[in-house]
Amino acid sequence: MNSTTLLVTLIGLAILAYLYGRKRSLAVAVASGGVRHLHSLPRYYGYMTALWCGLPAMIVLLLWSMLEPAVLNQQLIASLPVDVQNLPESQLGLYLNDLKLIAGSAEQAQQADQVKIDATVYLQHMQELSAWFKTALVLVLALAGIIWGASRISQHFQARNSVEMVTRIILMLSSGIAVMATIGIVLSVLFEALRFFEAVPVWDFLFGLEWSPQTAMRSDQVGSSGAFGAVPLFLGTMMIAAIAMLIAVPLGLMTAIYLSQFATPQFRNFAKPVLEILAGIPTVVYGFFAALTVAPLIRTMGESLGLAVASESALAAGIVIGVMIIPFISSLSDDVINAVPEAMREGSYALGATRAETVRKVIIPAALPGIVGGVLLAVSRAIGETMIVVMAAGLAAKMTANPLDAVTTVTVQIVTLLTGDQEFDSPKTLAAFALGLMLFVTTLILNVIALYVVRKYREQYE
Amino acid sequence: MTQVIEAPDIHQAIKQTVGSPFTHKPKISTRNVDVFYDDKQAIFDVSLDIGSHEVIALIGPSGCGKSTYLRCFNRMNDTIQSCRVTGEFRLEEEDIYARGMDPVLLRARIGMVFQKPNPFPKSIYDNVAYGPKLHGLASNRAELDEIVVSSLQKAGLYEEVKDRLNASGTGLSGGQQQRLCIARTIAVSPEVILMDEPASALDPIATATIEELIDELRQNYTIVIVTHSMQQAARVSQRTAYFHLGKLVEVGDTNQIFTNPQHQLTENYITGRFG
Ligand SMILES: Nc1ncnc2c1ncn2[C@@H]1O[C@H](COP(=O)(O)OP(=O)(O)O)[C@@H](O)[C@H]1O
Ligand SMILES: [Mg+2]
Repeated sequence: MNSTTLLVTLIGLAILAYLYGRKRSLAVAVASGGVRHLHSLPRYYGYMTALWCGLPAMIVLLLWSMLEPAVLNQQLIASLPVDVQNLPESQLGLYLNDLKLIAGSAEQAQQADQVKIDATVYLQHMQELSAWFKTALVLVLALAGIIWGASRISQHFQARNSVEMVTRIILMLSSGIAVMATIGIVLSVLFEALRFFEAVPVWDFLFGLEWSPQTAMRSDQVGSSGAFGAVPLFLGTMMIAAIAMLIAVPLGLMTAIYLSQFATPQFRNFAKPVLEILAGIPTVVYGFFAALTVAPLIRTMGESLGLAVASESALAAGIVIGVMIIPFISSLSDDVINAVPEAMREGSYALGATRAETVRKVIIPAALPGIVGGVLLAVSRAIGETMIVVMAAGLAAKMTANPLDAVTTVTVQIVTLLTGDQEFDSPKTLAAFALGLMLFVTTLILNVIALYVVRKYREQYE
Repeated sequence: MTQVIEAPDIHQAIKQTVGSPFTHKPKISTRNVDVFYDDKQAIFDVSLDIGSHEVIALIGPSGCGKSTYLRCFNRMNDTIQSCRVTGEFRLEEEDIYARGMDPVLLRARIGMVFQKPNPFPKSIYDNVAYGPKLHGLASNRAELDEIVVSSLQKAGLYEEVKDRLNASGTGLSGGQQQRLCIARTIAVSPEVILMDEPASALDPIATATIEELIDELRQNYTIVIVTHSMQQAARVSQRTAYFHLGKLVEVGDTNQIFTNPQHQLTENYITGRFG
């Protein structure tokens, strides 16, 4: 049986084990005078038996499937003639690939030499053997599990507690995987960034004012040695994020206040879904809106005022990112505003405050920490935004404070550094990881502050 | 043996309010009040006067419309969309529901204290100063200080909090919070104070403090208090009005209501047959 059928069989067995375990426990219950004399409800004995049946077998199946290719490969190589075994690694890989192709199609097999055909036959034999052992082992384990599990059913056996414990362990492992993934990502970025800092001093990277990551590929090439000063990138990032927040914070906040405090239910029922659609538009679509509509508009407007506007500008990108973030801020603010207890509002009205005064003096101050938290989360999004910037703000790494100029951001540079054919150990590509690390640290700090602020806010209404 | 009257008969049983709903020179007079939530009627043809400087208790089983009626006085029901009020409400001679009456200004004259203490998440000082600032009652900081201190004193809270006026109002105990809310209400110098079960969320000691306070406040204010505790009504009020299913069944001197109720329903309630 292949792994999929085996898995399905295993699930079927586990269901049977559940039914069997439950039945056994019911029998025990009858013998000892009713279900309430059992330690746990019958279904827990069922779960316990099913776990004994399924869990060990599942683990073995998983391990086997993971280790099988490597073990088989080793066996296969060992069976090959010595001259093939001594091939350099890359050629050996090609050779093994060939074998797998031959094993997979008769056409390929006709053109192959005897050595290869022999090896293929050996490979197939080994695969069959492995599958056979795997099936046998898993099924035996599953059946043994049922027998063992069922044999443990007795009046005083604490099935509920065992099931709870297993559940807890499974939950713990799942969360462990998420944590490990995070740590793994951080470490990989960190190590690549450290390699970059071997080639380029940290100081030059953090405080250098020039960004031009082109390096000569070969020593005889004419070309710059590259400059990796990240300041222009961070400047561009900050400028775009600032423009975006300038748009998004007031609009989002006022939207939230209007919708939660003043709007009629009918209008709210219409406006909220529209805002949610705004949040669901892919950023690429925002990107061409920025590049094709907003940027030219700004250009014409700027020119009519006699200003020189680049066809791609920080302003265009910033405005569109701002629009993109409005629903993010408005829905978060709406939540925290609605979390302000109704009693606060009534208390204020009863003292003779108008609605606007109540919003300004009671609701906003009470909701402020939550709003600030939401805004900080939105800032991280603005900083991380890539697509809109690529399309609307350009690629030029310029030291400028003029929002009408083309600028570039950290994320955009990461994309350009890593797309296309690249050597993965040149400073140019490694620079992407250093930038990624910086970005990660920045957004991490923002998020930590945001979470701290939000938590403080929660404590207020304990 | 008294017989408990079943619901369908009750509207029959309450044809007219028993007792003396009207007073000479009332502070607030209400006539033929009906209140609806959408199509559901919550108050049926209630007429009642509130005398100047008296404490009147509104009692009755829960859901009988005490809060609904109380919230008509300062037009708090305006904030509930489905709520519709008809009938006549007068604060002395002024029509409370007149077109020209600004509910915001009205609420400065008729203050309200709620069932659950609801101090703002601001400092004690700012909680009390909130109303005076809104209505421009103080022209400088010294006057504001004066208002805050005297309001806290009148609410019997000043001695307990005088060293921490800048601490958060939400950090006080339940009873202190409720007195803070009373101080906050007093600070805008209302003529009438409405209280909706002001002590129901408090422990017995805090309740006793609030009750003493209500007795003192009668000197300066007219007080309408909703309560589900008959002992409380008996302790703090001069008149008592008994509501049942949205109707005003009986009004009279508190003493008389509790010792010699005229209406069968009132007697049933007083003697604990329902509620
Ligand atoms: N906001 C509201 N919307 C609809 N019905 C309400 C609302 N508030 C109260 N009611 C109804 O009005 C009636 C009187 O309620 P309420 O005045 O709160 O009674 P009480 O304060 O005497 O317990 C009840 O039947 C209640 O269900
Ligand atoms: Mg009530």
